[in-house]
Amino acid sequence: MENLNALIDGFGAILTPGNLLIALIGVTIGTAVGMLPGLGTAMAIALLLPITYGMEPTQAFIMFGGIFYGGMYGGSTTAILLNTPGQSSSVVTVLEGYKMARNGRGGQALATAAIGSFVAGTIATIALVFVTPITVEFAIGLGAPEYFAIMMLALIATASVLGSSRIRGFASLLMGLVIGTIGIDAVTGQQRLTYGVPELANGIDIVVVAVGAFAVGEALWTAARRRNGKDEIVPVGRVWMGRSDWRRSWGPWLRGSALGFPFGAVPAGGAEVPTFLSYVTERRLSKHKDEFGNGAIEGVAGPEAANNASAAGTLVPMLALGLPCNATAAVMLAAFQTYGIQPGPLLFEKESALVWTLIAGLFVGNAMLLVLNMPLIPMWVKLLRIPKPYLFAGILFFASMGAYATSGQAFELYILLALGLIGLAMRRFGIPMLPMIVGVILGPMAERQARMSLQLSGGDLSGLIGGPVAWTVYAVVAVIALWPLVSLARRRAAKGREAVAA
Amino acid sequence: MTPGNDTGSHTSVDSDRDSGVDSVLESGLEGSLASTAEPAESEAPAPKRDLAQLWVCGFLAVLGVLVVVDAARLGGFSASNDPIGPKPVPIILGVLLVAVAVFYALDAVRGGHGEDEGANAGDRYDWKTIGLLCAVFIANVLLIDWLGWVISGSLLFWGCAIVLGSRRYFLTLAAAVVLGLATFYGFAIGLGLGLPAGVLQGIL
Repeated sequence: MENLNALIDGFGAILTPGNLLIALIGVTIGTAVGMLPGLGTAMAIALLLPITYGMEPTQAFIMFGGIFYGGMYGGSTTAILLNTPGQSSSVVTVLEGYKMARNGRGGQALATAAIGSFVAGTIATIALVFVTPITVEFAIGLGAPEYFAIMMLALIATASVLGSSRIRGFASLLMGLVIGTIGIDAVTGQQRLTYGVPELANGIDIVVVAVGAFAVGEALWTAARRRNGKDEIVPVGRVWMGRSDWRRSWGPWLRGSALGFPFGAVPAGGAEVPTFLSYVTERRLSKHKDEFGNGAIEGVAGPEAANNASAAGTLVPMLALGLPCNATAAVMLAAFQTYGIQPGPLLFEKESALVWTLIAGLFVGNAMLLVLNMPLIPMWVKLLRIPKPYLFAGILFFASMGAYATSGQAFELYILLALGLIGLAMRRFGIPMLPMIVGVILGPMAERQARMSLQLSGGDLSGLIGGPVAWTVYAVVAVIALWPLVSLARRRAAKGREAVAA
Repeated sequence: MTPGNDTGSHTSVDSDRDSGVDSVLESGLEGSLASTAEPAESEAPAPKRDLAQLWVCGFLAVLGVLVVVDAARLGGFSASNDPIGPKPVPIILGVLLVAVAVFYALDAVRGGHGEDEGANAGDRYDWKTIGLLCAVFIANVLLIDWLGWVISGSLLFWGCAIVLGSRRYFLTLAAAVVLGLATFYGFAIGLGLGLPAGVLQGIL
C-alpha cells in the first residue's frame, strides 16, 4: 500500500509539462535509435549521459526510461520492415514479421508488435512495482559476502549462458574486468595498470567503453565491409488490426509477458531465450500452424511481448540489488553512479521519490509510445532512408563529443578510438560485447565487496564464503560452470548407446 | 578440463567404423592438434578454420602478462582495514587471461568460431576506409583543444562522411558546420557540457 502511494506521488511528479516533454524527447530518441540498424538503446543512453550532466537526476532518468522503452518499439519496426534485427532480442520477430510484411500484412505486424509491446510493458511494469520491493526486503539483510557471491553469479552467468561460445564470453568478460581495474585503487590509492600515464589514473569511464565498443566499433565495422548501399525497405500501409488479428494476438501477448518478465529479472536471463520460447509456444498452440514460416501474426505478437516484458524485468535486479543484467541496465547503473546515487536496497529509502518517478515515467512513456507510434510509423520509416555516410559520420561526431565531455581531455578520445578498434575486432571474431560491458561496471564493485568481506573476517579467506545465501548462490554458479561437462557426458552416453545398437 | 583433447579422442572413437579415416585421424592427433580435421564430429559442411582468431589469443595472452607484470610491481600492503590489498585481483585476472587465451587458441585450431558462426571469417575488409576514418578521428583529437569543438567537430563530421562515400562535398560541409554550431550552442552553452571553444573563444 505504501508503495502504491509512492507510485501515485511519482505520477504526480511526472505529470508536469516539463517532465512530460522530457519523457517525450526520451521516447522519440529511443524509437529513432532502436530503428536505425546498428544503434541500440545502451549506446543511446551512453551517448546522452554526458549531455545530461547539467540536468536534474529525476529528469535524466525519466528520459532514460523513455529511451529504454522506445528502443524496443523501434527495434521491432526495423525487424519487420528491413529483415534486420536491430538487436539480438528482435531476432525472432524477423522470422514471421518480415514474411508478413512481404505478404502485404506489414501494417498488421507492426500493429501487433506495438500494441503487444504496450500490453507487455504495462503488465511487466506493474509486476516491477510489486516484485522490486519484495526483492529489496530480501536484499536488505545481505552482507558483503552475499553481494560478492551474487555479483560472481551475474558475471559468470553473463559470460557463459548467453552467446554461443563460452570461451569467447569469458574472453570478453576478462577484458571488461581488466578495463575496470585500470586506475587508482579506491582503498590504498595505488595506481594499477596505468603504466605511468597520468590520464589513466581516474580509470576509464563506462561511457567511453560503451560508446567506443558500440558506436565507434559499429561505424568502423560498417566502413570495413563497405555496406554503404541503401537497404531494401518493404513499403507499409496503414497500421491497424482487424478483428481476427486481435483474436489471434491477445493470447500470445499475455503468454509472452508471462515468459519475458521472469527471464529479465534473473541475472543473465536476457531477452533471447524468452522470445524464442514464446515463438515455440505460440507455434505449438496456434490453430494456424501452416502459417508459421509464412507470416503468422502469433509469431510476432508473442516474442515482441516477451521482449518488452524481459526489458522491464531487468530493472528489478538493477534497482533492487544494483546488479546490471543487460547492456542498457549497465549504462543506466553507471548513470546512477555519476549522480552519486548507488542503486541497491537502500535506493528505495534514500531516493524514494526518484525511483517512483522513474517507474511512473515508464508507464507514461509506454503509453506515449503507443499513441505516438501507431499513426506515425510510416513517418518513422523515413529515418531508415538517411544515407549511411551521414548516419555514421553523425555517430562518430556525437561519440567524440560525449567522450570528450566526460573529462574535458582530448586523451579520452584516444581511449575511445582504441575501444572502437576493440569493438571492431569483437564483431569480426563474433565475441559477445555484453560480458565486457557488465565486467567493466561490476568488476570494481565485486572487488570492493570481496575486500570488505575479508576486512570483516580479519583476512580469513573463509569470510568470502559467507552464510547460507552465499552458499546457495555458489551452488548455482557451480551448476552453470559444470553444465557443459554434464551435457558432454550425456551426449557421450547417448552416442555410446547408439553405437551399441548399431 | 582440456576440451581440445576430450573432443579429439571422442572423434576418433566415433570414426572407429571407418578404419581409413581413423588411422589418418590418429596420426593427426599424435602429430599436433592443429592438423585435426574432425570429419566425424560435424554432420554439417566441414567448418572452415578461422586461424586469424589466433591474433585474438595472442592479444589476450599479452594483455594477461602485462596485467601480471603491473600487479607484481605493486607494493604489498597489509593494512588492518584491507587484508589483501590491491594486488590479488589483477594477478588472478592476468592468470585467467592467459588460460583463456590458451583454450581459445585450442578452440580456434579445432575449427571453433564465434556468434556469427564464422560468417565474417572469409570476408575481405576495406582497410583503407578504416585507416582513413582513424586518421580523421585522430586529426580531431589533435585539433580539438586548439581549434575548438565547432571547427574540429565539423571537420570530423565532414571528413568521416566523405571517407564513407558521400560525394556532395559542399552540402556535407554545410551540414557539418550546422551540426558543430548547434551542438556547441545547445550542449556547451545551453546545458553546460564541457566543450572547448578554442580559437573561436570570444567570437561564439
